[in-house]
Amino acid sequence: MGVGTAVALVGVLIALYVALWATSFPQSVAATSASSGGSQLTLETVGAIGPKYSPSHPDWVSYLIKSNGRWVHSTIYTVPANSIVHVTIYQYDSPTGLRNPFMGQVQGTVGGTMTVDGKTVNAINPEETSHTFAVPELGIFVPLPGVPEEAKNACEFAPCEGAAHRTIKFSFRTGKKGRYHWQCFVPCAAGYINGNGGPMQTLGYMDGFLDVV
Amino acid sequence: MSEPNHARRFGVIWLVATLIATPLAILLLGPILPPGNGSEQASEQVTDNTVLLAMATPVLLLVVIYLIYSVICFRQPKGGALEGPAVRGDARVQTTWIVVTSLLVLSLATFATVRLETDYGSGSGSGPTPLTVPKGPKLPVQVIAQQWKFTFRYPTYGGVETPHLVLPVGQMVELHVTSLDVIHSFWAIQLGVKVDANPGVDNVAFVRPTRVQTFEVRCSELCGIWHGAMFDYGHVVTPSAFKTWIHQEQVTFAPATKLLPPYSTTYVPNPTRRGE
Repeated sequence: MGVGTAVALVGVLIALYVALWATSFPQSVAATSASSGGSQLTLETVGAIGPKYSPSHPDWVSYLIKSNGRWVHSTIYTVPANSIVHVTIYQYDSPTGLRNPFMGQVQGTVGGTMTVDGKTVNAINPEETSHTFAVPELGIFVPLPGVPEEAKNACEFAPCEGAAHRTIKFSFRTGKKGRYHWQCFVPCAAGYINGNGGPMQTLGYMDGFLDVV
Repeated sequence: MSEPNHARRFGVIWLVATLIATPLAILLLGPILPPGNGSEQASEQVTDNTVLLAMATPVLLLVVIYLIYSVICFRQPKGGALEGPAVRGDARVQTTWIVVTSLLVLSLATFATVRLETDYGSGSGSGPTPLTVPKGPKLPVQVIAQQWKFTFRYPTYGGVETPHLVLPVGQMVELHVTSLDVIHSFWAIQLGVKVDANPGVDNVAFVRPTRVQTFEVRCSELCGIWHGAMFDYGHVVTPSAFKTWIHQEQVTFAPATKLLPPYSTTYVPNPTRRGE
């Protein structure tokens, strides 16, 4: 009787663990309406997400999105189909460098360009790249330059408002409805083999979905 | 009633079934076997698969007919409760079985080995120095894999790199497949090309597309969370359309071309990990 109860209890606990694991999914955050038309995604990239947003992995690199004036830890974004999406990314992390310098060119954005701190560019030095925002299926590849290593007031943990950062802006047009995966192409996962473990292999940090609805 | 000669009767049934089914399998199934006829190499693989089918059909029939024959002819009669006579080994049957199956397997191994070293490896990667290289002009195309995207570099067109794979019809293409991080595998399904993409390795394969078409490109080596997203379509176009396309790519990706290192069969990315 005692053994049976213990086995049943362990079974319930295992089932509960699996259920919690299987249902723990980042929340989807919708883009807001842009004053200039279309929709607006406001994102930030941080070198360490911090204990406030990720108690289990506070030192993991991550994206966040601004929703209702607050930074939210999610990488699933909803944008309208057949429309223009304006993206602003506040980039707080230092450079790592691209594994493939080809990704140093801005691709798939309106005009094939982006602005970095107000300056329009169509490519950046691959070695100065900190992250990318790339949606391969939509042909979008945007390299994000890093904050210089010697910068004062570098961000330690998210949220990083007020810390040294780069501001990247670009726009892209969505097409038909669908779910498209997006990812960072920089091996930015510190402490992992090839820099592509941990936050690069876990949904909710350096990759996610773009839900076009 | 005297017991019939089961061995002879079974042998005749199997022989007749084989003589009917094997040509039918070749004629009916052969033309629809994968990977199709998108390239010379794919067509050769269809031939190989047809040979395998022709050799496997008699073996399949042997097993299936023997099973059915046994169920029908060796069924225990109603009311019979006794076990049948003990089955003793038959040296002639055993020897025949061992010799025939050995010959089948050895001939298939020989056939496959010869086919891999002729026809330019039939689309498989043959390492950096293939034993057989097709004669005539070839279009070199480099396939660069990384988590989680294939890109393609055309060294004879200024080393331009592009996220799209476009090939001219009728042109022998020399694929140089490599990786910038982990092990991937470049699989151009309808072209019959499946080549390991290993970091630091130049894996060479040859393919000559035979018709204008769209083909699927996949990674066929589990390579991480977005392995399933390493999927794209490639295109085989006319030579003139290819020229137009590649010149457009040279213009479109001129900024990226300036960033690229000189063309090389392999690359050692720097950094390989953060903090180095």
